[in-house]
Parts: sequence; C-alpha cells; structure tokens
Amino acid sequence: MSILINKDTKVICQGFTGAQGTFHSEQAIAYGTKMVGGVSPGKGGTEHLGLPVFNTVREAVEKTGAEATVIYVPAPFCKDAIIEAADSGIELIVCITEGIPTIDMLYAKEYVDRKGVRMIGPNCPGVITPDQSKIGIMPGHIHKPGKVGIVSRSGTLTYEAVKQTTDFGYGQSTCVGIGGDPIPGSNFIDILQLLQDDPQTEAIVMIGEIGGTAEEEAAEYIKQNVNKPVVAYIAGVTAPPGKRMGHAGAIIAGGKGTAADKFAALESAGVLTVRSPTELGSRMAKALK
Amino acid sequence: MNLHEYQGKQLFAEYGLPVSKGIACDTPKEAVAAADEIGGDAWVVKAQVHAGGRGKAGGVKLVKTKDEIRAFAEHWLGKKLVTYQTDEHGQPVSKILVESLTDIDQELYLGAVVDRGSRRVVFMASTEGGVEIEKVAEETPEKILRAEIDPLVGAQPYQGRELAFKLGLEGKQIGQFTKIFLGLAKLFEDRDLALLEINPLVITSAGDLHCLDAKIGVDGNALYRQKKIQEMHDPSQEDSREAEAARWELNYVALEGNIGCMVNGAGLAMGTMDIIKLSGGQPANFLDVGGGATKERVSEAFKIILSDDNVKAVLVNIFGGIVRCDMIAEGIIGAVKEVDVTVPVVVRLEGNNAEKGTKVLADSGLNIIAATSLANAAEQVVKAAGGK
Repeated sequence: MSILINKDTKVICQGFTGAQGTFHSEQAIAYGTKMVGGVSPGKGGTEHLGLPVFNTVREAVEKTGAEATVIYVPAPFCKDAIIEAADSGIELIVCITEGIPTIDMLYAKEYVDRKGVRMIGPNCPGVITPDQSKIGIMPGHIHKPGKVGIVSRSGTLTYEAVKQTTDFGYGQSTCVGIGGDPIPGSNFIDILQLLQDDPQTEAIVMIGEIGGTAEEEAAEYIKQNVNKPVVAYIAGVTAPPGKRMGHAGAIIAGGKGTAADKFAALESAGVLTVRSPTELGSRMAKALK
Repeated sequence: MNLHEYQGKQLFAEYGLPVSKGIACDTPKEAVAAADEIGGDAWVVKAQVHAGGRGKAGGVKLVKTKDEIRAFAEHWLGKKLVTYQTDEHGQPVSKILVESLTDIDQELYLGAVVDRGSRRVVFMASTEGGVEIEKVAEETPEKILRAEIDPLVGAQPYQGRELAFKLGLEGKQIGQFTKIFLGLAKLFEDRDLALLEINPLVITSAGDLHCLDAKIGVDGNALYRQKKIQEMHDPSQEDSREAEAARWELNYVALEGNIGCMVNGAGLAMGTMDIIKLSGGQPANFLDVGGGATKERVSEAFKIILSDDNVKAVLVNIFGGIVRCDMIAEGIIGAVKEVDVTVPVVVRLEGNNAEKGTKVLADSGLNIIAATSLANAAEQVVKAAGGK
C-alpha cells in the first residue's frame, strides 16, 4: 500500500508541451509513472513524448481515464488550470507551480473543496511512491520503497529526509510535499490522516517551517489520532520576524508562527523533534528500535 | 511589497473612502506651498516611511505655522527615521505628507488580512484604535471583532452593519462604516492586497468616520498584474542587498552574523541557518538560489553575500536534485574566480553526481573546503569564520 498514488494511477500533465512539463514528464515516464497524456490548449490531436495531447482536461479524462493531473502551467494561469481540473472529473490535482497570487488560491481552494477533489501544492515538489509513481520534480533516484511516510512544506528539506531514511535502510512509503504557500491545497492534517491509515507506513517524518499555525494544528491532531511514531523538524529558528523567508508562507507575523511555538506544540503532543535536519534519520532509528 | 501612507490614501480615495486632503512633498518649499493649497490654519505633517510608530519617534507633528512646516521638512527630508518597528539605522525619509487637521472624538481600528487558518480574507475591527493592535489582541482578545469574507459571495453589507453596531456606532455612522468596509473589501481583492490597516479610523468631532492612517501590503506574487502598484514601489525603504537580490530573482534576507549562506531551496536555506547556529556560529543571511543554480546566479549570489563586510566565511549547501552537482561545482569555481572571493568557502554537495562535484572542487586549487556532510560543513564553516 501507499497513499495518494501507486503504479496504476493514470496521470496527465497540464502544461504538457511547455519546457517544465516536457522535462518533468520525460523524467516521470522514465521513472515508471503511468503517464497517459497531457493537455495543451490548441495542440489537441498531436502527440508529445509518445503520448496524446488534448485541448481540455475534460477531453483528456474522457479519453484516457486519467485520475490525477500534475500542473506546470505558469502562475498567472494556475487558478484557471486548477478549477478546470476540478471540474473535469480528476480525483487528485498536484500543482507544482510557484508564485500563484494568494487571492487566486482562496478561490481555487474553495472550489476544489466544494467539488471534493484533493489538491497537493502549489509551490511544492509533488508526490512520490518509490518505484511506483512519481508526480513532480523530485529526484527519483534518492528514494527507496519502505516504511516511512514523509510530509513536508519544503522541497529540498524533503530530499534530506528521504536521503537519510534511505541511508538508514527504512525507505519511504509515500512522500508528499504540501508546499510553501500560505494557502495550500492539503495541509499536514490531511496527509497525516492518510499516513496513519496506511498499513505500509510504520513511522512518519514531518517537516514544517515558520509561518502560520498548520504545525500547531497538526500537533493537536497527532495527539488525538496518530499512534505511529512521528519525527519532526521545523525550519527557521534563526529567522527574523516580519521577513518572508523565500516561501510566500514562511513569515513570522505579529509574533505568530515562530519555530519555538511549533516545536513546543509538537513536543507536548508526544512528537519526537530534532533541532537539526541532519538528525532526522538518526532520531527515526531511535524511534524504530 | 509595502506602500507609503500617502499611496495607500490615494487608493482609499479611489475607492470612495473618506481621507484628509493631503499632498506628498519632496522639498520644504513644496511642503509650505501644499499648506497654502490645502488651506486652513492648522495641518499635520507626516514623514513617509514603511514603518509604524512614527508619532512617538517625532515623525508626525501638528503644526500651526508655515515656519513649523518648513522646519519639520528641513529636519526630516534626507534623514532617517528610527521607530520601534525599524532597525537601529532607521528608514530614509524622502517625502513629507502635509494634510489638513482632523478634530478627533474617538479612535477605532479597522484592518484586513488573508487568514491562513480559515482561508478567508478576514476583517478585524476594534474600539481600541490608535494603539498597537497586537497588544490589544493579546491582552483583550474580546475587543477584536472579526468578519470573514466568503470568496464565493464576497463581502456583504450586513457584515459591515454587524461590525458597526458592535463597535457602538450609531445613526449616519452605520452607513458610513458599511461603505468603508465594502470599499476596503473591493480594494483588497482588486489590488491583490496581503494586508490592510487603518489605525486609527476616527470619529471626527462632527461625528463622521474618517481614515486617518493607511497601511497597505501587497501580495508580491500578484505584482505582475498590478502595474499601477508596481509604480508605487519605493526601493529606498528596503535593504539595498535585498533589492539587488530581487533583481536576480534570488531570495535574500540580511541577518546579523558573519557566516554567509548560499543554499538551494527555501526550507533547506532556513535549515542551514539553524544548523550554523546550533554549531555555535551566526548566519549573516538567508539566501535561496532556487532550483536553477546556474553559474551566473551563483556569481551574483556571491557578490551579494560578500557585499556584507561582516562575512568572514561562506557556506554553500546544495542538494542537487535533478541538476548535476559537478555542474554546480564548476559554477562555484567560476564564481569564486570571477568575483575574487578571498574568504574561505565551505561547500557541501549532495545528490546527483555529488562525489564528482566534490572532486572538481578539491582539484581546483582554490580556497574551497569540501565538506563530507551537512553537519561537517557547519562545523568547518564556523571554524573558518573564527570559531565559536
């Protein structure tokens, strides 16, 4: 088992023929992802990377039976792309694009929720179930099938956690990058719930960062609902207040959203925290002994 | 991106909100002429900087004569204003806003933000205006009234009325407040705001509502479709290195320490700062070179990091996902040569072709220390910067 995606998940790509869509679709196909086509308005009827191109998501879903879509379209067009996907019978939307206006995401998130469609991202590396399916921009080769589920707001920090859990021999069940934006499609709780229910997942790595209160809410959820060991790291102990640290969502505002508050909340929920991202693997080893 | 008060009030006026007659001035002469144009026998002069707490710092003054206006403008223009919200150097004053004087009966607070928890634009109103609203929220949270805007239907007049009645407003003030509330909601959405604050929103001695201040923050991701707001950008209010970094699409934030950092990925960049601190050092900056760490961007990043004289050593931490580490190593070597980096540079490469990259660095003959792990990199750079 795994969560969200597996070797049978049929995936299309929105923004398929663009530079990003092309490069990462090639990588996904090479990894073994069941890519079944893509969408590029105006290029319907052609072929790209050996797969059919459609004008609309609806047509792509009808013709291919696609269940998931990965979005690489530029930020100004993402609100439209997300809502189109949600309207076309897609079950899972993974939006990689960075830089979407927050107000666009307020609409898009409200809409996908109303349609009951799950969204991951935006501004994220995507989702990977090792050796089965890779939807996103993460390097496939560092992953290994196994028992640790990973959920993270940061891309490269996820790779650190992946490498360490691979090096310790645990491997990963599924890794989910929920993204660094203030309005994510899925939050920690959504993914923690899936990982808790997944029999393959025996332990969880959670990587948060400053800004917002998603980690505090996750801590409360873990306390009540998660009995698998959770190892957590929060980036940004040294971040000054009021400054946006790269990610649109990584800002300490009005004294809220500090790493210290998040560490305290997680620790009081029984989560195993580490102060350095280099200790994620070794802390997991202690927990699983 | 933040706006000045006078720019915020221009937007308020466009949306039909009551603001004082005011003119933003570049010189003392203009400031005196502005008072003539506005008329009356008393004015308020306000130094324009991107920071609160101006009043207490002497940056806002009630004046009754032209001489006072001239003196105020001469004193502040070209100087820096230090408030509790700025750093110790303060923010440069290049404009003075001259406004007609408003007689104040009561001070209220009205603001709006994108609330991440509810995923709504949320308005906050309070009878405790004119003071730090964070303090009110902490000490007397019951005094903060809230209204959430549903993105699918937008702000409704009843929400404005509800806030107005709870604030204790009466008579014509109910309609005035509702009009302000709806205008602000429209402004927030139309202009892609991230933050909006009127502190204080006052009731004048004639019993009318009036916007005495304007604080506006705009969503940086939406600037591409806000040409008019882009023109309001004042780079003098930002750290010059941060502004230079933004030109190269690098995310840079200046800090107080002496270890420069160059990292790919925002989360890992923060994580790297944290590890430096844990190892006994102090990071000099946050810098995310992004996914495409090309030679050109790496060079620019080095230039920006080294323009900070405090930097005694640099830590480069790259997790090569899809990019190859040996290519990045070449980029670092090229940049170190081109920029003539003299401080020690510790490099940690991980991921795709990392070993090959490390070897390229070791063979370069430059002052580059190849680290064996992230923890080792932090130890090495702290040592190179002069120890704990």
